[in-house]
Amino acid sequence: MHNTMTDREKLLEIEDLRVHFPVRGGVFRRAVGACKAVDGVSLSLKKGQTLGLVGESGCGKSTLAKAVVKLVEPTSGSIRFKNQKVTQSEDQINFRKSVQMVFQDPAESLNSRMTVGSIIGEALEVHKIGDKSERQGRVEQLLKQVGLSKSTSRRYPFEFSGGQRQRIGIARALALKPELLVLDEPVSALDVSVQSQVLNLLMDLQTELQLTYLLIAHDLAVVKHVSDIIAVMYLGKIVELGPAEELYSNPIHAYTKALISAIPIPDPSRKRKKVIIPGEVPSPINPPAGCAFGHRINHPLYQESIDGKFQFMAVGRDHWVLECPCCV
Amino acid sequence: MNDEAKTDALLEVKELSVSFATDEGEVDALDAVNFDVKHGQTLGLVGESGCGKSVTALSVMRLLPRPIGKITGGRIHFSGMDLLKLTPDEMRQIRGNEIGMIFQEPMNALNPVRTIGDQISESFLLHQNITPKEAWEKSIDMLEDVGIPAPENRVFEYPHQLSGGMRQRIVIAIALACKPKLVIADEPTTALDVTVQSQILDLLQSMKERLGSSVLLITHDLGVIAETCDEVCVMYAGRVVERASTVDLFANPIHAYTRGLLSSIPRLDGIPKTVLSTIDGMVPSLSELNKGCRFAPRSGLEHSDEQLALRPPFTEVNPGHWVEACPVCTTL
Repeated sequence: MHNTMTDREKLLEIEDLRVHFPVRGGVFRRAVGACKAVDGVSLSLKKGQTLGLVGESGCGKSTLAKAVVKLVEPTSGSIRFKNQKVTQSEDQINFRKSVQMVFQDPAESLNSRMTVGSIIGEALEVHKIGDKSERQGRVEQLLKQVGLSKSTSRRYPFEFSGGQRQRIGIARALALKPELLVLDEPVSALDVSVQSQVLNLLMDLQTELQLTYLLIAHDLAVVKHVSDIIAVMYLGKIVELGPAEELYSNPIHAYTKALISAIPIPDPSRKRKKVIIPGEVPSPINPPAGCAFGHRINHPLYQESIDGKFQFMAVGRDHWVLECPCCV
Repeated sequence: MNDEAKTDALLEVKELSVSFATDEGEVDALDAVNFDVKHGQTLGLVGESGCGKSVTALSVMRLLPRPIGKITGGRIHFSGMDLLKLTPDEMRQIRGNEIGMIFQEPMNALNPVRTIGDQISESFLLHQNITPKEAWEKSIDMLEDVGIPAPENRVFEYPHQLSGGMRQRIVIAIALACKPKLVIADEPTTALDVTVQSQILDLLQSMKERLGSSVLLITHDLGVIAETCDEVCVMYAGRVVERASTVDLFANPIHAYTRGLLSSIPRLDGIPKTVLSTIDGMVPSLSELNKGCRFAPRSGLEHSDEQLALRPPFTEVNPGHWVEACPVCTTL
């Protein structure tokens, strides 16, 4: 799985990315604070890889995804796509074409008043690709690629089930032949039996079209099944990053361990010792001074983490963890 | 309640059928469903969306949307009473008192303009002969029981001031306030993160043990079933297709649908990037069901006309292990 990784080019490089939203208050709605949704994230993704991003709600994973597709403007840091800076890319149009997004809820992300054909073909029209009949041909080809019949292009989203709608969402994302797909919880709204169909489709498309995926999901079993690398995010920071198999078999950070232990395993004969983490993710508006997770579990060494500047350190081959006195 | 030897069922659902009036005519949401919840046990109802799990819960609570939803047959016995024969007033005495319900989306289950304390007190005031002040005190105790820090301050707060996990704890506090004999939990953790999910399941388990209640747990997550239930019913298109103890069901699934469901979930110990096995097609619409084996169109197996027209009998294949015995879809 990892043998060809070294000679692949880096497709996406995120360096020390921060996305802070102003918190407004007072009569004049001045910024009185900042919500640090993404706070110093560095990642890199090679062509053809899948990077799975996991974390609880409110940890900033969706904001990170939106920053990658340029739906939110980062506060600082840089995103480089094929060695070109995205934050000030002059070649914006090409960038938009090569990075596409698949959204969580297919019922809400498809325009209910447009036919499936025009939903998928809209991007082609915007970018003035081909003439009308060529565009129609491309739409039909895309529908076939995601396992839908040609005739679907004249129908409306409400006529389809959740799984089929997500296929339409994927076809739309593929229309401009992108290289990177940002998948924001692509299967969490689907039933189990349909979920596996969509995951299989995504894996097939990846090999067929050599796509690179940034997959965001909260279902760790799903992430582990399809990812090469997994990044665990907690309160705007990546706390651990490593090859999927390694991260699950040998988690280092206390949060990763807790997260893995919280997954219910569909096997009643295996009664595990569960680590139940108390509390919830703290608010990114007013985060604790020290290690956010140490604070949550009330770790005895929490005091030591206050005011510390912690670095990412390597603990194995391609396996990195955020240094911390209480969690590592 | 603490009588361990008691094996008779607390809740017995017999041949329960429910139909809904839709634009396409009457559709059967439940087709002669049988199951029982034993004293002190947790029964899981699992299946995909539209299989009838929530309709089952609503029928037991007699909360089906009227006039479109109608119970067309069967009986629901709950600790010696036939719930379907009770008057609306008598039923109100049962709801929230002897049967508590936990809903999926805590934000929608709570009243946004009333305080937490008000909403928990309501259960006590409706079902117990106590003063508002006593009810308020009891609400604070209840909040403490469900693990809410600083309950004496929290009672004055409104639902929007709490996080999702906290809200679900409030919903549990309301459901368990009157120490019900049966708790119906309809997807209680679906809207929550895994870490909070494990907290809530743990809380539910410990409260159940403390009160000696039985639980009817509805979920689509087989992982949750494996960790919390004693017995499982697998539902498909308005019918229970398989019923067994949790250990039995996971070790020895008999119906093709159960096997498909179990093999289609990605597992942590599975081989990454391999093709996941799937169930072809999608959950059928209730208006286009056949009378016989309902899984036939998705099973990928050849069914005879007779098998499509006649409902397979629900048979006990091993002690305590029941299955809708379609000869094509079951491996015996």
